[in-house]
Amino acid sequence: MNIVVLVKQVPDTEGDRRLDPSDNTVDRPAVDGVINYIDEFAIEEGLRLKEEQGGTVTILTVGPERATESIRKALSMGADKAVHLTDEALHGSDAIATAKAIAAALGTVEWDVAIAGSEATDARGAVVPALLAEVLGVPQLTQARKVTVDGSTITIERITDTGYETVEGSTPAVISVIEKINDPRYPSFKGIMAAKSKPVSVLALSDVGLDAGEVGLANAWSQVVSFENAPPREAGQTVKDEGNGAAAIADFLVAKKLI
Amino acid sequence: MAEVLVLVDSAEGTVKKATFELLTAARALGEPSAVVLGVPGTAAKLKDQLAEYGAAKVYVAESDDIAGYSVAPRAEALAAVAALASPAAILISSGPENKEIAARLALKLTSGVLYDAVGFDGDGNVTQSIFGAAITVQSKVTTGTPIITVRPNSFTPEPLAGAAEELAVSVEVSSGAKQAKIVSSVVEAKSSRPQLADASVVVSGGRGIGKAENFHLIEELADSLGAAVGASRAVVDAGWVDHQMQVGQTGVTVSPQLYVAVGISGAIQHRAGMQTSKTIVAINKDAEAPIFEIADFGVVGDLFQVAPQLTQEVTKRKG
Repeated sequence: MNIVVLVKQVPDTEGDRRLDPSDNTVDRPAVDGVINYIDEFAIEEGLRLKEEQGGTVTILTVGPERATESIRKALSMGADKAVHLTDEALHGSDAIATAKAIAAALGTVEWDVAIAGSEATDARGAVVPALLAEVLGVPQLTQARKVTVDGSTITIERITDTGYETVEGSTPAVISVIEKINDPRYPSFKGIMAAKSKPVSVLALSDVGLDAGEVGLANAWSQVVSFENAPPREAGQTVKDEGNGAAAIADFLVAKKLI
Repeated sequence: MAEVLVLVDSAEGTVKKATFELLTAARALGEPSAVVLGVPGTAAKLKDQLAEYGAAKVYVAESDDIAGYSVAPRAEALAAVAALASPAAILISSGPENKEIAARLALKLTSGVLYDAVGFDGDGNVTQSIFGAAITVQSKVTTGTPIITVRPNSFTPEPLAGAAEELAVSVEVSSGAKQAKIVSSVVEAKSSRPQLADASVVVSGGRGIGKAENFHLIEELADSLGAAVGASRAVVDAGWVDHQMQVGQTGVTVSPQLYVAVGISGAIQHRAGMQTSKTIVAINKDAEAPIFEIADFGVVGDLFQVAPQLTQEVTKRKG
């Protein structure tokens, strides 16, 4: 099975994340870049499927040059190779352009499934997998807590408001996974060493046949007009419980007309 | 006057509060028209409720394929309604599936989409809260018909009598939109509690609860407040509660009127999911817990005393 895992490098959520005031885009260099948290689960699912079905796992990343570090980490978990689409023209792309870029990069490899994490911690749109399915015209099998493969049929369990749905589609398909799906393995020392020499194919827009007019900040279909730091939330009252703490809360809630 | 489409969310014949919020908010942008997507017969149960919140029209786009295939048919049906209505904007309540519908719709309509708005004005300036509510952003759609997904609890529903004129829209779902077949749908624990994502009040339990058997303290407090129940990541990871209850960076983001954090330290991971709540109350035995930095009212004490006492006090006051 040809398994592609989509990996995004994002600013570490523990860092002081910011927007670059020169163009209102995410200031990626301001903070350490890490593999998007839920993408670790996508990598694990890709590796699990390879162990079950045979085949290869290719990491696919669209991102600036510094994303290389995250690609190597993904390879150290056990993926076989990687494709890195990087181009200045991609800077400031919205989710739609990102999906088009991923689709174009997928066009350069053989793939049966493209597995993504359900959401990235920076923009938190959680829509690129759905957009990718729309762009490619393939089944959207997203927000999966379980993935089963039977030949060319992919079946997922997808969480709903009231429980879950079982959704089925044929390869090639776009899958996205949620945290609940598995427990990502830690890279072994051997894996970390091996990752250094695994092939990473670095591509520019011209290599994937995507026009610069489709991507980037100036071509985005929405814009960030301005931003400001949110006023820090001020601490209110804090009291020590001496048997009356609960009553104090209740009084507070009544005063605020919350009960 | 230009129309504004509002995608209706409902469950078992009841329109969700988030839809009433959007019908209210839509008035700033134009004349609100509700859009009902579902299997045949869905709209009939909802029309009167939509009339109470000012829907001038109710577009009815019904097909069995909408329940038979995942997401894509709804994006197609909504695009068909948009083609008819030529709206000034399309409003959709934020939720995992709804955002996917909004995104696919945006591609079909060659329109920009803005996610998780916490506010907007009549000129289409949209407010978003990012990076764990650290930064507030003003955005605007620059291409096509603005599609905006809106976080529940961002607007207050205001009743207004509307004509709710029903307009049936014929839905022909393409084969391309039928590639992800819904084979079965399972309803798991049926709860009478409000849904976490759009509840007005949320009570969440954290690691301080100690063990799964103690979680009933949270549930009882939630029930006294008519609240939804949430949990910190530690509690979910420990397996005490289901993943769907996780509030935080990698769980649900909530912005209720009242958030009660019980035995939760308030690490960034958790705060990212709740710090835009209007009022925050915290109970924790550690006076240094970061949660107290954002709580409007905090009690440093033993949650095993304070939580059940609070349940009693609330019940008494509501009595």
